[in-house]
Amino acid sequence: MMLHSKLSSNPAKNYTVATLVSVGKHPKSGRPRRSDQDSKALELALNMDNRSVHVIHAGDSSDPLRQSVLREYLGMGLERIDVTRQNANSDAVPALVERLKMLQADVVLTGSRAESGEGSGMVPYLIAQALGWPMVPAAVEVTAAGDGEFEILQALPRGQRRLLKVRAPFVASVDSAAAESRQTAWASGQRGQLQEMAIGSNPDEVMSQVTVEPARKRPKRIASAKKAKTAADRFKAATAKSASKGGAILVKESAEEKAQVIYDLLVSQGVINKKK
Amino acid sequence: MLESVIPWLLAGFIAVLLAGMLRRIRLWRAGQPEKVDLVAGLMAMPRRYLVDLHHVVERDKVMSNTHVATAGGFVASMILIILVHGFGLDSTILAWALLATTAMMFVGATFVYRRRVNPPSRLSKGPWMRLPKSLLTFAATFFIVTLPAAGVLPEGFGSGVLAFILLAGIVAGLGEMLFGMGWAGPMKHAFAGALHLAFHRRSERFGGGRSTGLKLLDLDISKGQTLGVAKPADFKWNQLLGFDACVQCGRCEAMCPAFAAGQPLNPKKLIQDMVVGLAGGTDAKYAGSPYPGKDVGNATGSPVEVITEGLVSQETLWSCTTCRACVEECPMMIEHVDAIVDMRRFLTLEQGSTPGKGSETLQNLIATDNPNGNDPQARGWWAADQNIPLMSEKKEADVLFWVSDGAFDMRSQRILRSFVKILKAANVDFAFLGDEERDCGDVARRLGDDATFQSLAKRNIATLSQYKFKRIVTTDPHAFHCLKNEYPDLMEDSGLLKNGWEVLHHTRLINELVAEGKIQLDALTSAGTVTYHDPCYLGRYNGEYDAPRDVLKAMGIELAEMERSGFRSRCCGGGGAAPITDIPGERRIADMRMDDIRETGADLVAVGCQQCTAMLEGVVEPRPEVQDIAEIVAAQLVEIEQPSESIAKEVA
Repeated sequence: MMLHSKLSSNPAKNYTVATLVSVGKHPKSGRPRRSDQDSKALELALNMDNRSVHVIHAGDSSDPLRQSVLREYLGMGLERIDVTRQNANSDAVPALVERLKMLQADVVLTGSRAESGEGSGMVPYLIAQALGWPMVPAAVEVTAAGDGEFEILQALPRGQRRLLKVRAPFVASVDSAAAESRQTAWASGQRGQLQEMAIGSNPDEVMSQVTVEPARKRPKRIASAKKAKTAADRFKAATAKSASKGGAILVKESAEEKAQVIYDLLVSQGVINKKK
Repeated sequence: MLESVIPWLLAGFIAVLLAGMLRRIRLWRAGQPEKVDLVAGLMAMPRRYLVDLHHVVERDKVMSNTHVATAGGFVASMILIILVHGFGLDSTILAWALLATTAMMFVGATFVYRRRVNPPSRLSKGPWMRLPKSLLTFAATFFIVTLPAAGVLPEGFGSGVLAFILLAGIVAGLGEMLFGMGWAGPMKHAFAGALHLAFHRRSERFGGGRSTGLKLLDLDISKGQTLGVAKPADFKWNQLLGFDACVQCGRCEAMCPAFAAGQPLNPKKLIQDMVVGLAGGTDAKYAGSPYPGKDVGNATGSPVEVITEGLVSQETLWSCTTCRACVEECPMMIEHVDAIVDMRRFLTLEQGSTPGKGSETLQNLIATDNPNGNDPQARGWWAADQNIPLMSEKKEADVLFWVSDGAFDMRSQRILRSFVKILKAANVDFAFLGDEERDCGDVARRLGDDATFQSLAKRNIATLSQYKFKRIVTTDPHAFHCLKNEYPDLMEDSGLLKNGWEVLHHTRLINELVAEGKIQLDALTSAGTVTYHDPCYLGRYNGEYDAPRDVLKAMGIELAEMERSGFRSRCCGGGGAAPITDIPGERRIADMRMDDIRETGADLVAVGCQQCTAMLEGVVEPRPEVQDIAEIVAAQLVEIEQPSESIAKEVA
């Protein structure tokens, strides 16, 4: 592949990172804002070494409020954003794929889920599918490892992390657990360029058939109220998390036995090395 | 022989002085243009010096008299020296006058000398320790040299060894006074100070006026300007001149809450660093207290180098609480806070490097019009049970109640509810904006984000201009200051200014209601000892010292005043977005303020600001109770029998 040869000739240098940004929506006020995950994806891209970053937005950017949001991304230190203007209610994926093909990007970073519109979280998958690239979800760190390979630190539930090695080109979506995005500087946001690109709009058939309303947090299903003497007990019963499974309760055992169990646990968890 | 040398010496030193002055003027002119009426300024200068500046200096009586004797003696002596010794006017009267002025200067200089024997830490040392000796030398030498002209000693006195000693004295004296004045010696303050008073950026401050609102930032970047101050040359030229006027007396340092808390800020050092910046060089020669925790000698700068890259650290700029204690105290009327906010503007708007929670706060202000990201549609919820008319329904009221962001904070809501109770008891015709209100922009502005401030202010003004009201009243001194002093810059076409823009703090309105008998208050006897904390944005920013005290007095409270009260009140630590940027120090400012309060033996501290309330209540117990004046008043309200018509209205 052409991309491949470009990378291997100059390991870990001068690769292109494309970051896709969208106009988010503030959860309280509902106003347009810099999308949380998208700006984290951009932060991640800006922190990679020896890269050139292209920031792409596809959407209806005629509204000055939405433009001011794009300027907030510019204020993170960008010179320009490629804006492929789309009509309202159009499917951004084909336009983005076309733009990415033109750009010959090595790495594409996106947020996990848009804050407005469909918000299905499908965009990175659809793009990866269209390009025939692998897609890595929930990235929190991406570093070039040389020879066209990248190390991706992936966020797993409960704060666990997994290190993956992926060969470019690939698409990665960035998890909310990634580093906070940098502050936007108003003046540099005003100076940056919103460079319009002419790529045709594809009407989104799904969106044309549905009505969108703001999502509301569903009340959490609580366990059925148990019989209890006091309201506090009932509350506890309804809200307490299920006890953790596994483990053992040692009460009557001797101190040596208790110590042995703790020792074994520490060894099994890799906290200490087993004495030989 | 001596008499024939002096004219040439005088001419030489004056020439060197003029050359130095021209060079200094060129340094100031590197700053940005700012329109100042030069002639009017120069005409007003003597009055500004003799009256306005003297008022500030007079707070230290001994030093004030010392300065009058020394400076007055010097200026008069210099004129007479030129006449008597320069032009050789043969007049016994002039000679006697010169003897008198040099004697006066000598007496003054001995007091300067005495102060320098065991100088307080706030005074700069270095060349400033030399100054009293130079002053004494100057005065003594010219006194002796003038004796023959006055006929006390025979003509031709002073030859041989004595002549050389006198000659050395003349050179040393003129060197300090004239050469030093032009070439950045301690006497520079006389020359720069005089021009600084003439061309001051806030001429409203003279003649008893007040000018505290920050200057509007021009957000137009089409011509490639950077916003805010990045380099010393980005300051206005008269700001640079103002820095040069500093006498390093350290009164600012003694008053600065951040310095006392061990945060890396010293207003005096900051101004001296600006002088290093405008002239180029390092701070190695600085001989005063450092920024706490930072060594002197590492700072370098020049007019065209970015200040925060080597001259002043960013934490220094963010430590300021904008309490204006330094500005209030400065005998040279230097504007420290303006300079700090100018530099913050660069850091925020151009570099995006606001520390702490600054970035988050600004994002919230942009997306939700309040600093904590609360739902803007929930702003009116605190008043759900208060039955306050909404401006959007009522359209017209005597008083518009500006609630401010305390609306979202449960502690502040107690203050708001108390104030509403008072307004209702007094039958005031009032209404509030409910969800239409936005943050006033105070925090954004102190964080340096003038773009967000202007956006919030313009939208608030547009909202306000839809309604008819006579006055705005608020319980928040920060909002009070913004609305009163900073919004008018943006209100030219709103039509509001035409009707007179009256903004009141709630203590002023309560005081009026008491005076007019609209409310009656029980004496407060159970509170024990009470003291009052002057909020910076109410007192120093707006001169409102009396109304809160009068209200407390109306409840029979005799205040146990703190040593630092009134215009010398110490900040609670909550201003200037300091709790948001949160620069670490050795102590918390609020704790120090609470110690001030404890010193009075107070059981209750009355406050007129929700921010101060929050800061002071954040001090760990046991400590005196903290209450807003509105809360104290609301608890002491005496029910007055309402006129029957209003009762009928309520029933209906």
